[in-house]
Amino acid sequence: MKNRLKVLRAERDWTQAQLAVELEVSRQTVNAIEKGKFDPSLPLAFKAARLFGLSIEEIFQDEAGS
Amino acid sequence: MNNPNTKSDSWAAKNTKNTRIIFYWTSAWVLTTALVTFGTEFIWQSDKLLTSLAILLNVVIGFGMILAVKRYLKGLDEMQQKIQLDAMALSLGVGLVVGLGYSSMDQTNLIPFDAEISHLIILMSLTYIVGIFAGLRKYR
Repeated sequence: MKNRLKVLRAERDWTQAQLAVELEVSRQTVNAIEKGKFDPSLPLAFKAARLFGLSIEEIFQDEAGS
Repeated sequence: MNNPNTKSDSWAAKNTKNTRIIFYWTSAWVLTTALVTFGTEFIWQSDKLLTSLAILLNVVIGFGMILAVKRYLKGLDEMQQKIQLDAMALSLGVGLVVGLGYSSMDQTNLIPFDAEISHLIILMSLTYIVGIFAGLRKYR
């Protein structure tokens, strides 16, 4: 699964650590999600969407469907 | 962004607290395990009542340790939980398969010494540690 987390974070000038605090996960987890190594659960994806004020589809894209 | 320090404090502090609690329970469990072993040998010798009480205390504290680990795992984020689950699955699988094989080797006298439970615990602990490092590396 691809995602725009890194871009969205950079647009707001946030560090991985700051984003991790907002999502209540570890910085390592944010890094793994940004790199596409770990797919977040639906609740975590919703949390990210709420934080950025976007829909889940605007942040996460299914690679198989693209 | 909201006040990040508050959230950071709550989530990270909770994990730190849970880790500290595990340390206390594990230390108590190790101490009571030592009490059972060395108490029987050096302090009260063959007093069955004291031995039974020491074992009971050890088991009760052991359950406290299990609950502390459960609370710790629930407090981790989902990727950390996945790493823990994978490591535990590896440890359990290796422990079961190699442990039974090892026991069979003892029963069939393929090895000249007794298959001790402590060997299995060492194997499972080492496998768990390897699993944790493999998981951390995988998601790095």
